[in-house]
Amino acid sequence: MSDNSKLPPRFRAPSALTWVVAVGFAAFFIQGMIASNISIERLVRGANNLVRFVGQAVPPDFTRMPNIADAMLETMNIAIVGVTFGCLFSVPLAILAARNTAPNMVVRTIARFVISVARTIPDLIWALIFVVTVGLGPLAGILAIIMDTIGFAARFYSERFEEVQKGPSEALTATGAGRLSVIFGAILPESFASMTATSLFSVEKAIRSAVTLGLVGAGGIGVELSTAMRLFRYDQAAAIILVILLVVIAFEQLSTSIRKRII
Amino acid sequence: MTPAIQAEQLRVSYGKLHVLRGISFIIPAGQGVVLLGANGCGKSTLMRSLNGLEKLQSGTIRIHGAALSGASRRELRQIRLGMGYVFQHFNLVPQLNAFQNVLFGSLGRHRFGLLSCLGLTASAADREMAMHCLDRVGMADRAQHRPSELSGGQQQRVAIARMLMQNPTVVIADEPIASLDPKAGREVLDLLWRIVREEKLSMLCTLHQLELAQEYGDRILGMKAGHVEIDAPVAETDTLQLNALYSGMTRVDAQPTEAAA
Ligand SMILES: Nc1ncnc2c1ncn2[C@@H]1O[C@H](COP(=O)(O)OP(=O)(O)O)[C@@H](O)[C@H]1O
Ligand SMILES: [Mg+2]
Repeated sequence: MSDNSKLPPRFRAPSALTWVVAVGFAAFFIQGMIASNISIERLVRGANNLVRFVGQAVPPDFTRMPNIADAMLETMNIAIVGVTFGCLFSVPLAILAARNTAPNMVVRTIARFVISVARTIPDLIWALIFVVTVGLGPLAGILAIIMDTIGFAARFYSERFEEVQKGPSEALTATGAGRLSVIFGAILPESFASMTATSLFSVEKAIRSAVTLGLVGAGGIGVELSTAMRLFRYDQAAAIILVILLVVIAFEQLSTSIRKRII
Repeated sequence: MTPAIQAEQLRVSYGKLHVLRGISFIIPAGQGVVLLGANGCGKSTLMRSLNGLEKLQSGTIRIHGAALSGASRRELRQIRLGMGYVFQHFNLVPQLNAFQNVLFGSLGRHRFGLLSCLGLTASAADREMAMHCLDRVGMADRAQHRPSELSGGQQQRVAIARMLMQNPTVVIADEPIASLDPKAGREVLDLLWRIVREEKLSMLCTLHQLELAQEYGDRILGMKAGHVEIDAPVAETDTLQLNALYSGMTRVDAQPTEAAA
């Protein structure tokens, strides 16, 4: 008879850690279900309300179209201005944060910390912070978009810098070129296509968040939307939502087609 | 006359792996030396340390008398400026055309680096010189092509033009034809050595073909497992001796004593 002791077992008992995680998750899930007070009766009532909302929203009321268009324009302004500055600031930050371009470990750690703070705090919270610091209106929205873009773009730029081929930058270093010349002469050109794609994603992301920023008073179409909702003018709200949908889809199409052409 | 390259007892390690184990040699100005040795014997490491791309553990390197170790960043750049480097994989910037890549050869010369070397901003003299360099390697008509639109041999020619643009006195060529087919390799090697001879440059060039080494070189430096095994004028070397470089313990990472590490 052959030695069977080396055969893998059919079943291996999960480790203690797996048990802890599984039980913890189950406990959290059940507690969440209870706390959110889900009942069939509430769901039915919600469905009824939804029908009533849709009933009042159709047909959408476009009489305030000039105001809506103004607000939508403001939203796009916030998004474009914010994302432009965000991408511009992201380049130096990414250079300071990437392993192969950072001047030293201390600077790199600080830059990475700044980027991760920008990323970890959600855009709506940035907007709240800037509404408090610079007041209601589009400037707060722009600043929020800048922070949000930095958290996204600077991270991807720096990751791209780190995976660039070493050869060309080494060749420029070997000619006696300085650090900055090597970065801007070899590493940036090599990353350019990927940076453009990242920047276009940032634009799409910025349009979507600029729409919601108005909800906390940071300017743009969100202000119109929250007003309409609070006045129970669901038909006006529907018109606004339709406009938002149209603009966001148009932007995504545009950016997709540009991206396809570049890559 | 001070020698072009003077290396004394060079030692370089990557962690526990001793790659250069006490290398000494002298290359007089104007001499063309071929470096031979099996893969993994430390040739690239040696060449990289001559350019300051690799840090020495101990030993000294002097390029035209200027010491590399202990040099400030500015002095190091000054030394690199006088040293052209030709790579096996050409190392052109793929997104930029040949002309721009050649212009980059002058990066080290300019106080404002890149700002004075872009196609848009370069001086008329530099632009003319870059075109002249491309012309010397026979690539003037490909100035606007990107590396991906050129064959391997053509890319290496552009890289040689970049080296010419740098106007160096010493050239280091690390397997310049190892990624090329025999015919293109032959043409590129012809070009490289012709330029080196015409400009009276000193060169250290790695090759893998013994007959080419004997044909082009003035002197042969043979490396085996991190040591210099042969250092002799071409006329005094024989094929048997050179072939021995490629048998037995050639690699620095194949030592039985280090296999356990
Ligand atoms: N950056 C590095 N880190 C660790 N080991 C390296 C590095 N570069 C080279 N080596 C090792 O050093 C040895 C010599 O490499 P190299 O100098 O490239 O040899 P050659 O050019 O003669 O083929 C090899 O074993 C290689 O794996
Ligand atoms: Mg090598």
